[in-house]
Amino acid sequence: MYAHRAIPLVRRDPLEPRSLAAVTRGDRIRLAFALAAAALLAASLGGCGMPADASELNAVQVVPIHSPSGKIVGQEIAVLTTAPNVPAPITRTHATRVIVNLEVTEKAMRLADGVQYTMWTFGGSVPGTFIRVREGDLVELHLKNAANSTMPHNIDLHAVTGPGGGAHASLTLPGHESVFTFSAMNPGLFIYHCATSPVPMHMANGMYGMILVEPRAGLPKVDHEFYVMQSEFYTTGKFGDPGMQSLDMEKGIDEKPTYVVFNGSVGALTGDHALQAKVGERVRLFVGDAGPNLTSSFHVIGEVFDNVYSEGGSVATQHNVQTTLIPAGGSAIVEFGVEKSGDLILVDHSIFRAFNKGALGMLHVSGPDDGRVFAAVTSSTPASR
Amino acid sequence: MRPRLIALVAAITVACPIVAAAAVIGRPTRGHRVVDGGMVPIPAGDYRPLYAVSGGGRVRVATFALDRQPATRAEFLAFVRAQPQWQRGRVGRNFAEASYLVDWPGALDAGTGVELQRPVTGVSWFAAKAFCAARGKRLPTLDEWEYVAAASETRRDASADPVFRRRILALYAARVSATLPVAGSGLANTYGVRDLHGSAWEWTLDVNAGMPADVSHVAGRSSGVQGRRVSCASAAIGVADPANYPAFMRSAVRAGLNARSTVAGLGFRCAAGSAAPTML
Repeated sequence: MYAHRAIPLVRRDPLEPRSLAAVTRGDRIRLAFALAAAALLAASLGGCGMPADASELNAVQVVPIHSPSGKIVGQEIAVLTTAPNVPAPITRTHATRVIVNLEVTEKAMRLADGVQYTMWTFGGSVPGTFIRVREGDLVELHLKNAANSTMPHNIDLHAVTGPGGGAHASLTLPGHESVFTFSAMNPGLFIYHCATSPVPMHMANGMYGMILVEPRAGLPKVDHEFYVMQSEFYTTGKFGDPGMQSLDMEKGIDEKPTYVVFNGSVGALTGDHALQAKVGERVRLFVGDAGPNLTSSFHVIGEVFDNVYSEGGSVATQHNVQTTLIPAGGSAIVEFGVEKSGDLILVDHSIFRAFNKGALGMLHVSGPDDGRVFAAVTSSTPASR
Repeated sequence: MRPRLIALVAAITVACPIVAAAAVIGRPTRGHRVVDGGMVPIPAGDYRPLYAVSGGGRVRVATFALDRQPATRAEFLAFVRAQPQWQRGRVGRNFAEASYLVDWPGALDAGTGVELQRPVTGVSWFAAKAFCAARGKRLPTLDEWEYVAAASETRRDASADPVFRRRILALYAARVSATLPVAGSGLANTYGVRDLHGSAWEWTLDVNAGMPADVSHVAGRSSGVQGRRVSCASAAIGVADPANYPAFMRSAVRAGLNARSTVAGLGFRCAAGSAAPTML
């Protein structure tokens, strides 16, 4: 039943296999998982013959009680990035105090060509800036609210174990600052968002981002990491109506968005803003769905996901996936090698959203092709009888 | 103008004798003569608060009087001239944060021309309370403020009217705290009270009604109960009308405040008369 998990993920021809180091690390993780699963299975069947070391693994894997017991060495200021960029992988091998400085601003921004919207932002962009820490780190979060903001704001990070995910400790008036600390005990990819009442309004106005708690062992090496966030906007005007738009509360309550977009606006990931990669490279997408309402059926046209860390957890749970479901307020990590030049299209496969509401992105792949991967032979010639 | 003023004072006298006294006492005694917007008598009635009160009912509000418009910079300048302990640079840190009146060019310079007629903001609850007291008035209670703010131009309780609600949300969305409109320039509601929605947020007497008990300056009926409700989706628990987003927004603003807080875009107006809300 679990045997398939132990199969090392090796790229098929025409890509070369993963580096030995990556395979070994991946194997170790999968082996640990398989052993734990076997132990769990054995336990459920009566517990007879359970090996001692599996028992220890069992204790870790079943329902752990985390303890921030690791030694915190030094401190650093987190480098935050604006989508689609992701901070570089963490190379240090110890836990540290990570200072995260986030400022909330309210400002008119582009939602589509000719369409403006007063966005409420974490770090001046929608989605908010990407935070990357390491499992075991002690995070010291400073939330500032710009003096010219009209509303108080706070932050709920789904990575936080604590009241309101930090929200209760961070309600911050315009011109003020709040600070709280938390231990990043659970690795994974987590949404953060404003949780000030009325929460749907703050989220509908753009207050969300992501924090990656990188597993201690790191993630497999790839050539590109990108940050993609799906979200909806509910505007008083129709899709494409020009000028300054504002929140239509009734459309929000009815869950009928005017816009469904990647990275905060129509076209944020197309044309000159398309993601870039070369044939033969490996790509990892950190994909979030901020909602506020819709679940995403995330799909990349012309590609198959080799690994999916479903729901943004720390384990690659599935391979060879066409479309992965991302819940509102949730995430997924998808990895794939690109084997063919051209434009891969990122969509929410609830396809009206892509065609009529903006949920389109693009990954442009350049480089020489291997004709065995794909070749057009003839196109729309008269059918032979 | 003059006959109208007399008529107004007469109306207030009928409605509430204390207010008439306040209108006389409340004139600035030093510095420039500043004419405020006057007060409006508010008849008794009831309203439905955001968070249901015990019994799930409406809250009764007794007759009182409310300033027609928010306090202006000119009025506040006259106040700090008369009471120097409230000047920027002199006010104690226990009574106001460092950003107190930070947008004024000087401690006794509130700007010129039209700036003087904008609502004064960046003042603490203590300072607002002292301003009102100097005029023989007080801050309106949360219930009084919300009761009057529920009125549209034509109806005393338009709080459940989706059109009225949309208009308020549009006003909130368009607000720029650095350049608030001149006091009294907004639409008057059916009581004749202006600028409750299109201008500054406003202090109420019940500072921290709706805050966790970690802030000490608590007064009013609902203190301490609603604390956690300001955050997360749980804010909607126990709410009479979860689509009343304008009320949620005001509630969130108040929840972030303590009596020392000074915020750009937060001003006040005064009230007078009875302040003894009772529950139906």
